Parts: sequence; structure tokens; C-alpha cells
Amino acid sequence: MSNETSATTTRRGQAPRGERIADWADGRLGIYSLAKSNMRKIFPDHWSFMLGEVALYSFIIIILTGVYLTLFFHPSMAEVTYHGSYVPMQGIRMTQAFESTLNISFDVRGGLLIRQIHHWAALVFLAAMMVHMMRVFFTGAFRKPREVNWLFGFLLLVLGMFTGFTGYSLPDDLLSGTGVRFIEGVILAMPLVGSYLQFFIFGGEFPGHDIIPRFFTVHVLLLPGIMLGLLVAHLILVFYHKHTQFPGAGKTNNNVVGMPLLPVYMAKAGGFFFLVFGVISVIAAVASINPVWAIGPYRPDQVSTGAQPDWYMGFAEGLVRVMPGWEWNFWGHTLNFGVLIPILIFPLVLVAIAVYPFIESWVKGDKREHHILDRPRNVPTRTGFGVAWLVAYFVMLIGGGNDLWATHFHLSINSITWFVRIAFFVGPVLAFIATKRICLGLQRRDKDKVLHGRESGIIKRLPHGEFIEVHEPLDQEQLHLLTQHEQPAPLELGPEVDENGVERKLSRSQKLRAKLSKAYYGEDNVIPKATAEEYKEITSGHGHH
Amino acid sequence: MSETGRHEDVPEETLPGERETAHEGAVATAENPFADPGLPPHEHRAQDIDDRAARRSERTVALLFVVSMIATVAFIASYVAIPIEQNVYIWPLGHISALNFALGLTLGAALFCIGAGAVHWARTLMSDEEVADERHPIEAAPEVKAKVMADFAQGAKESQVGRRKLIRNTMFGALALVPLSGVVLLRDLGPLPGNKLRTTNWKKGVRLVNQSTNLPLRPEDIAVGSLTFAKPEGLEEDDEEFAEKIAKDALMLVRIQPQNIKDKHELSWSHEGIVAYSKICTHVGCPISLYEQQTHHVLCPCHQSTFDLSDGGRVIFGPAGHALPQLHITEKDGFLEAASGFEEPVGPSFWERG
Repeated sequence: MSNETSATTTRRGQAPRGERIADWADGRLGIYSLAKSNMRKIFPDHWSFMLGEVALYSFIIIILTGVYLTLFFHPSMAEVTYHGSYVPMQGIRMTQAFESTLNISFDVRGGLLIRQIHHWAALVFLAAMMVHMMRVFFTGAFRKPREVNWLFGFLLLVLGMFTGFTGYSLPDDLLSGTGVRFIEGVILAMPLVGSYLQFFIFGGEFPGHDIIPRFFTVHVLLLPGIMLGLLVAHLILVFYHKHTQFPGAGKTNNNVVGMPLLPVYMAKAGGFFFLVFGVISVIAAVASINPVWAIGPYRPDQVSTGAQPDWYMGFAEGLVRVMPGWEWNFWGHTLNFGVLIPILIFPLVLVAIAVYPFIESWVKGDKREHHILDRPRNVPTRTGFGVAWLVAYFVMLIGGGNDLWATHFHLSINSITWFVRIAFFVGPVLAFIATKRICLGLQRRDKDKVLHGRESGIIKRLPHGEFIEVHEPLDQEQLHLLTQHEQPAPLELGPEVDENGVERKLSRSQKLRAKLSKAYYGEDNVIPKATAEEYKEITSGHGHH
Repeated sequence: MSETGRHEDVPEETLPGERETAHEGAVATAENPFADPGLPPHEHRAQDIDDRAARRSERTVALLFVVSMIATVAFIASYVAIPIEQNVYIWPLGHISALNFALGLTLGAALFCIGAGAVHWARTLMSDEEVADERHPIEAAPEVKAKVMADFAQGAKESQVGRRKLIRNTMFGALALVPLSGVVLLRDLGPLPGNKLRTTNWKKGVRLVNQSTNLPLRPEDIAVGSLTFAKPEGLEEDDEEFAEKIAKDALMLVRIQPQNIKDKHELSWSHEGIVAYSKICTHVGCPISLYEQQTHHVLCPCHQSTFDLSDGGRVIFGPAGHALPQLHITEKDGFLEAASGFEEPVGPSFWERG
């Protein structure tokens, strides 16, 4: 170390200080090689690429504010009588977890703000991940080589949901305690092991004294630790794969067009962090969230009406609420399907979207890398599936708030429940059909625009009295954009008999694959794009209009 | 392509994704009217050509950064100056904590202005010329792959793992067993359930105590049309295990005209039309709290399971799987008391419930 110092001292005045520090770091960390490929890395520009950034930044905000909250929060279920500064709660028995949450809100200056930033950022985090995932889904950004990164992102979403749940359970207020009781009921419903699991997880009978400290460990250490690892891996892969880009002039599958990380994206992305943080701070200043002081401490025999989980759990809540109460009793045992089935459907719906990329690549037999994003209309089957999934999700979100729908819109809770039950099955099918038709309509319009130009809005009267609208031909960029997508023919199984007249054996999976392939590329599922010949014939022939 | 018929599986080249398409790597030619015209020429912004516009942008960015600094000073000033208990009326938010409002707004402004300044700087002053970078395939070149495979084969060979099966198998055995220690260590997370899910503190002769007044209940305390909550006598809020006990013992009482009680068994367990049911929902254990006095229906506010208290606590709507357990009550010395404990487990179902 002392040699190092003397060596740099002799060089003082030759190289600037920053460079000497960089040299020092490079000799130990190899930062120059790292910077060579990354410092001027090109990132394409599009507003929808910011959605993932919102998720990333809200995660950082959650970690920063969360660390602050741990300085004041006591994850203990020991009972105390409140004597703090919030008068309406004085003299009331509560756990230390609830008491310290009140202290953070009323006695720590700025504590309420940080608590509210933490909670708001969690809601934004989950929403941003969800919308980011939809962007990736509908544009086909999950295709090779990004399938693994899609799974990382999916895991982040699922873990984020459970981190959120364990987090809002910590204050041990009447609302969140009700959520924990729900979890107890779910665990009890597990066949064979349910009651044992419940006693192990809660350290005895509900509520016991262990669940809040255990949730605390899971919430501040276990889940965020895993998420941080996944997040770093997610970002490394984004750098390694280089970002996808939307089709357009000059953009190919073999290049990435945009602006360099240093300085443009350093400034834009770095600045965007402050924008997200600033907006969430203002929200936390003006909009109260989870006012536990108005809800009161948890007691197993009390409950408030309008009990709702945070929005990202509303989908699971809906499944639980609208499920009929089926229960089987046999040979001295009980199977509680009323709870079990929703708890199984919940992960299945999530997994359906998670495995979709692998199904699509199998159907298409596609082994190439894809860096140009799809326009959703050009892949009607995928777009239809995505919208169907979203409809199922939002129908269940309605189910999760059925009591609020009933009270706010003066509807019968029974009819809402029945609507949700039916719409969960029918809605996605209708959405799929409608979306596909809209996509095909848009494809037709694209073709029309390529061949006949865009509507100019100018009406012209011809000498013989006919009125026509003047169409303006598209420029080269537009023509390229509207025709660059691929339209492969569907997979063909070949003749049913071979040349010797013997029936060919086809595995069931191959038949399924051919059928699904037709659903992607078959005649009814794609509008053949304008060909160069069609275009030339129309543009060179009679006067075009 | 004609060979397809002979194979059971479809050869990869007939798969749609494997076919080359006309536009892959197309160049602008007269032949193809849809060819990629290439990157459009860069268009200069006002700031690129007009130094006054550039200086205006510079001033805007600097102004945003200055506002941020002022906001941070204001944040610190608010922290010091505003008492934590002070409320202010702010339209349209109503009466809110002055400190929270001031801290949040100043912090938000300080952060937002840094962000806005940086983004404005990037958009107006930094070069906005789009450039193209090449992509390289993610998968390694064949010779790299060959080298890795050879290295791996050599490493595996040198380890002799393939040859010495005894070592390999015992190692797998040891590695498979060792996590068991971790699983065993989880045993002391909690006690075994025993019969705790089946029992409550209600038994013959235990008086019903009004939850809100903490006094033993007399039959005349139960008014028609109201829902009364009760706990067993001797259970106090500051008891060691109050929460665990009330989570099972909570009771609700209603008075129904005896002739309106549809279930005969329910009638025989009632007293002067007073019926006592477990308050803990049989769905997932929320306390039931909403009572419809005309129909004697009670509704759980968590998942809207609805039970008919005039008909054996039967489920009439919602996700609950079985009726609410009823407590057999009677009167002794003018007070209501349990004639026996609950005959079935209260709360949500579990595997051993039967």
C-alpha cells in the first residue's frame, strides 16, 4: 500500500487525479475492459422501455425506505398498553409491532412520510412489473435469447407479491391480521399436512407470538435477498443481450439503434430515478395509505368491513371469494375444495403466462434470435392470448372487490359473484376472439395503406362528377415498417399416407403442434401482407387515388 | 421436402420459423419497393444550431438544479420548524399532518427537479444522434463449443468420476442425505396440533360474558334484532393467551322468535329463542360481524359467506363449506351459560376435521 502511494506521488502532476484513481481500480478490478464494451453501449429509445425502469427504481426506493423503517419498527407480538402521543389509541392493548408502527407514524419526524413512500412504492413496483411484463409479452420481447430473462422477471413479480403481502402484514393492524388469518385458513385446507404446517408456521395456535417476527425475517431478508440477486441477473442479461428495438428504418435484427449509455442514458435513466422518487414522495405527502391508526390493532374476534388486500393480491382474493363452498367429508377427513381450488388456480394462471414463451417457440419451431419487436397486430394469436389472460385477471380483480362493487354501485353481491364466475370462463374466450379480429382488421388496414396510401382528407371532384378522396402514397420508411414482418406458412404434417400407401404415424403432440401452428399462421389467422408485385401493379398502372 | 412423409417427426426445415424470408437483410433496391431505407438523416435541434437556444436550455437545467437545492433546504427547515403533532387544513385534502405534507412536498420537489434537470439536459444539449451498434449472436462459435466440450471431457476423465462408480454413488448418497439435517431442525418451529383445533374453552356451566360490557349475560340482555358478542367467563383481555383463546371462543347471540327457528335441533339448543353460534367463519376464520335482522342472516365481511342463523347456521351463499357450529346454551340463576362445549370444531376446515 505504501509503495502504491509513493508511486502515485511521483507521478503527481502527470495524470489527472480521476485517471489515477481509475488506473488504480483497473489494476485490481479490470474496469477498463468492462467499460470498453459498456460505457458507450447503445440503448434504443421508446417510452415503453421505461416501464421496467419504473419497477427498478421503485425497488431501490423500497429498499432505501425499508432500511430506515427497520430502525424504528419492533417486529414483536408482545402485548403492551399504548401510551403514545396518538390520543384515540391510548390505553388500548396492542402488540409491539402495532405500537411501533404508531410511533413511526406519530412520534418519529418524517416517519410517516417514509412509511407512506415505502407502501406507495410497493404498489407502484408491482404495477410497473406487471405493465412491463405486458409490454414484453405483447411485443414478443421474450423470444430467444431472452426466455430465461422472462422467467427471472416472472419470478420477481411473484416474489414481489409475497414480499408485499408479508410487508403489509407486519403492522399487525386489524386489516392485515385478517389477511394473516386468511393465510391460516388456507394452510389448514392443505390435505394431510395442513394442521401440522399451521402449527409449525405460526409456532402454535393462531395467532401465537411468532408469525410477525417470522414474517419480518421473510420480508426484510429472505425475499428481498433473492429478489436482489434475480434483479442483478435480470439487468446483466439486459446488457448482455442488448436491448430489443421496434422495427423501423435502419433497424435490423443484427444491429441496435439508439443513443449511448454515456452520456445520454446515464442522464435520462439516472434522472428518471429521481423523477420516480420525486413523484412517489409527493404522492406520499398528499395521499394517505394504510392508516393503521384508523383501523386499530388486530384482535381475532374483530373485523372491519370492506376488508381488501393490496391490489396485487386482489386477483387471488377474487378466486377465493367467488369459489362455491365445496367441501368433501370422507373416512373422517375433510377436503376443503372451496379454499383448495382457488389456491391452485392462482399459481396456474400465473404459470400460464410464464410458460407461454416456451409454448410459442415450440409451436413455431423457431430457433433464431429475435431482437426486432413484433407489432402486436402482426401476431394475433399471441395478442389474443395476452388479452384473454388480462381479462381473466381483471375479472378476478372485480371478484376480489365484490363487496366494494356492491356498495359503491348499489349492486347485489350475489349477482356480482355470479357475473364473475361466468365471466372468468367466458370473458377470456370472447376477448381472444375480439382481439384477434381487431388485429386482423389492423393488418388489413396496414395492407391497404401500403397499396393505396394514406387518407389525406382531401375530397376531389372529378370532371364527370364523382367524388374521390385523395390518397397520399407512403414514404419509404412507412412502407418498410408496414411490410417488414415475417409471415411464414404454417407447419405442414405432409400427406397422411407415405409413398407406399401406408398410413403414417404421427404423434399426438405433432398433430397438436400443426393445429397450433395453423392458429398462428393459417389462412384465417393472418392477412397476407402486400407484396412488391401488388404494389408495383397498383402504383405503376392507372392513375392511383 | 418430399422426404417429410417418411419421418415420424416433422423435419425442422419445414417449420415456419426455419424458413428464410425475403426481407431478411434486405437492401434498398429498385426491385423491392419495401426495402429498408436505412437510418434517417439526423435532424438538428434548435439547440444544435442556435447558441441562444442552447444557453436557454442550460439556464433551465441550472434553474431546476437550484430549485432542488432550495427544496432540500426547505425540507430541513420543515423538519426543524414544524411540530410533529400540528395539523393543517389543505384543500382538497382536508386536515392533514403539516409535517408530513411539508416534508413530502419538499423532498418530492428536490428529487423531481434533479430528475427533470438531468432529463432536460440529455434531451436538449447532449447529442441526440442515433447510432447503430452491431449485435453478435449469443451462442458461441462452433470452435469455442468444441474447445469447451473437450475441456469438460478431459476434466471429467481426470476426475475418474465415470470410472469409479463407488465414489460417485456414495457421493450422491451423502449429498442427498445431508439436507435432511436442515429439515429435521425445522421440527421445533411449533408444537404438534394435538386436539387444539377441536377444542375451545366452552364447556358445561361456563357463563356467557358480554364482550362489550364484560358482564355475565342475562336472557333479557339479548334484544330482538341485535347481534350480541360473548366470550367465556374468566377469559380476560390481559390473559397470557387471550388472542389464541378468543380466536376460537368468540360467540355471537341473536334472539329469534322460537316459531321462526326452522331447524329443530337448533331450537332444542336455544333458550327462549336465543341462539348462540361461533363467530368464527367456517371458510377461513374471519369473525362474522354483519347481521340482517329481518332474515337472521349473518355475513362474513371478508369473503361474504352468508349463514342463516334461523336454520342451523346453514351456508346460504359464499365460499364457506359448512354450517356455523352452534353452542348449546341454557339459563341458570338468571344467567346464560353453556350446556355443553361445542360438539364440532369451530373455524375453518382442516384435513382431520372429518
